Amino acid sequence: MADNKDKTTSKNSNVAQDPGRRKFIKNTGVAAGGVVGGTLLGGLIGNPFKSEEPELEKKEKAQPPTEARMFFTRYEDFVVLEQATERIYPKDDNGPGAIILGVPYFIDKQLAGPWGQNADDYRLGPFNESNPSSSMSRLTRKEIFLNGIRKMNALSQKQFDVSFNEAEEEQQIEILEYFEDDEVDMKGVSSSGFFDLLRGSVLEGAFSDPLYGGNRNMEGWKMKEFPGAVPSYADIIEEEEFIKMDPVSLTNYQQKT
Amino acid sequence: MAKKLDKVDVVVVGTGWAGGVVAAELAKEGHNVLGLERGKDQKVEDFIGAKDELRYSVRGEMYQDLTKDTLTIRNTLDETAYPNRASNIAGGTDTGGTSAHFNGYVYRFFPYDFEIRSKTIEKYGKDRIPKSMTIQDWGITYDEIEPYYDKFEKTLGISGSSKDMPHGPERSDEYPNPPMRDTPTLNLFKKAARELELHPYHIPSANMSQKYENPDGETINACVYCSFCEGYGCDFDAKSSPINTVLKTAEKTGNYEIRNHAYVNRVLHDGERANGVLFTDTQTGEKYEQPADVVVLAAFVWSNTKIMLLSEVSEPYNPETGKGVIGKNYTGHYPNITYDYVYGFFNDKKFNSYAGAGTLGAAVEDYGPEQLDHSELDFLHGYKLTILQSGKRPISNNRVPEGTPSWGKEFKEKSLFYANRHIAMTHHDGVLPRDHNYLDLDPNYKDAFGDPVLRTTVKYTDQERNLIKHANQKAAELVEQMGADIIDVPVIDEETEYDGPAGGSHFAGGVIMGDDPETSAVNNYSQVWDMENLFVVGSSSFPHFGNANPSGTIGALAYRAVEGINEYIKNDGGLLVEPKEKNNA
Repeated sequence: MADNKDKTTSKNSNVAQDPGRRKFIKNTGVAAGGVVGGTLLGGLIGNPFKSEEPELEKKEKAQPPTEARMFFTRYEDFVVLEQATERIYPKDDNGPGAIILGVPYFIDKQLAGPWGQNADDYRLGPFNESNPSSSMSRLTRKEIFLNGIRKMNALSQKQFDVSFNEAEEEQQIEILEYFEDDEVDMKGVSSSGFFDLLRGSVLEGAFSDPLYGGNRNMEGWKMKEFPGAVPSYADIIEEEEFIKMDPVSLTNYQQKT
Repeated sequence: MAKKLDKVDVVVVGTGWAGGVVAAELAKEGHNVLGLERGKDQKVEDFIGAKDELRYSVRGEMYQDLTKDTLTIRNTLDETAYPNRASNIAGGTDTGGTSAHFNGYVYRFFPYDFEIRSKTIEKYGKDRIPKSMTIQDWGITYDEIEPYYDKFEKTLGISGSSKDMPHGPERSDEYPNPPMRDTPTLNLFKKAARELELHPYHIPSANMSQKYENPDGETINACVYCSFCEGYGCDFDAKSSPINTVLKTAEKTGNYEIRNHAYVNRVLHDGERANGVLFTDTQTGEKYEQPADVVVLAAFVWSNTKIMLLSEVSEPYNPETGKGVIGKNYTGHYPNITYDYVYGFFNDKKFNSYAGAGTLGAAVEDYGPEQLDHSELDFLHGYKLTILQSGKRPISNNRVPEGTPSWGKEFKEKSLFYANRHIAMTHHDGVLPRDHNYLDLDPNYKDAFGDPVLRTTVKYTDQERNLIKHANQKAAELVEQMGADIIDVPVIDEETEYDGPAGGSHFAGGVIMGDDPETSAVNNYSQVWDMENLFVVGSSSFPHFGNANPSGTIGALAYRAVEGINEYIKNDGGLLVEPKEKNNA
């Protein structure tokens, strides 16, 4: 255990991209509920990044066009989601956290698709359960997410007088714990049900094939030393030593021609 | 009004191992056979490049389509059951059924299993069997079923070696292929087991240790240990499935055809004989009547039982009186106790856990039903202890030692550290029936066709809990011997209770076999006692669950059944087995 325990994460190194974005949000007051027109908001988004942080400029350029919101309409909801996912799977010495892995966009896309509206589930009533898990809820997953994210923000406002995405890490963690421990009243679903759904989605986004928009650059797999879609392990299956490989995604695996 | 189609000799519902074996053997004999499959067409090409964890094993692409049908769940008669809405239930949906995406375990049950009641009484006396435990003999002995096991194993090309399996069961011939390869993880298990004076062996596998041509001339490739097995069709056509064996064989004869998107709702009959089946084309919503001389239900346990109940063939089981047969003796490897593993975490050992094959594993049979002395135990039957290197996939591979938070910094740190530094020890348990565990039609929830869904009523007893506790204890000893630094053992107590089938695919009963029509629905040819041209094939006929995966026994009983069906057609009717006069209970 010793080698494991000693690897503590430096607090300041956590979520490199975040402070910039959060600072920007604070400055404009968007997330605090200030009224900002769409055009103005759109205009603001690029510039502060560009002027303040060349690092981010590079990252932004590298962002694939799939990193636009398909489901979340309000930016203020999305930034809460971003922070919640990052607290669940934070950046540390091992590698990137949920935000850089693209998890929030992964979740956004999943909610916009069939999974978000429970298209593959049994949906006939009656829905009898009180305080149900997400899979037993009358609500669809996208409704659960939206309600949960907004509840998270409201709770942060009530408890700490600050929006969730602006709250301190410890405060965000405290709020998430309330949800996990089923201490928050939610309509149509238990708060622990929402939390389980959120946690599961974060792991799915961090480790699914990059084709879904998460696990960017296969960084999730690299951290876990998972090689991805490797055709054959016949040559290494008997090896005593651990063998590290560069991962392969389905983009480079499936038949193209 | 249902549209009436042209009559066929035999209609076979389902295209998994049961339906596939039956179809192949009937078509070879020249009978005109129609297969009805509720899901879509599926062939080897569908699986190429399908290494997508989210789509397949996480979201259950190949599992039961819950938009059309589900199950409800409860523990006792006075409860209202709730439906399984979104959790994966691994009964297959498309061509090939569950067997298209199985891991590839092909085991045999033991001689004890087939004569469980007689042998238990012989060994421990009648009083040892609790009143509510409805174990009964299967109406067939191991010696009688052995040739069919052998045939099934050769069709699939099972990779194994009986050399290391001193506990048997006895075989008439060796496995058709050598066992899969050894790995450091399996070697560690085997070494520890031998140190504890146990008898480890390589698990017989439908993943091919070498390229194989089966007796029907079908070829299956050698497995390359790519690790995408359970929940997936094989990328390399290197795992036997009905698609690359029996269905192919059946289609080659020109006498077999599969109709997809055909959801069978009823067996049509006049009370004496089956006339065919009623099905819905799920793409048009149209109802069809498919007439046939012989009707074979060879779907998953739940579908077989449900169709029998809806069709009102034979008496439904009544848990209050113990009378009736359809729905009786529902058992299974209940996921929340079967798949709650004993974990071992290693601080200084790292395994290539990402590599593997569905049934690349080792097991010990020393705690099996024939090895344990139950006079000193608080349960009957037994279990195997198994270690499997099926290849850990990253969404699901986040195991952390007990006490670690399930998210946040510490979780991330430890789940990454242990991703390739932990092993899971599992057990395959014998599961015995009770008079209060059964299947019937749910009064509240409907399927997509307006029929009731199937209701499962299961309550655990000390039998299940004590067996699992024993298994976990022995598993922990093995994991300790393997040198794990941290060992996590699941807590099993009074609160451990059945919570549905999600995550599992081993279920049995509902249309059970036996030698007495009073206590069983079918005879040992899977022929319905009350309707001689209707056969119900599959694990629905197991009167209890042995301590092994079901495919081997499903396949063996299917070969047995089709021998009977061919005989039945040749003889122009008649019961294939004389019913026993008196209840064997």
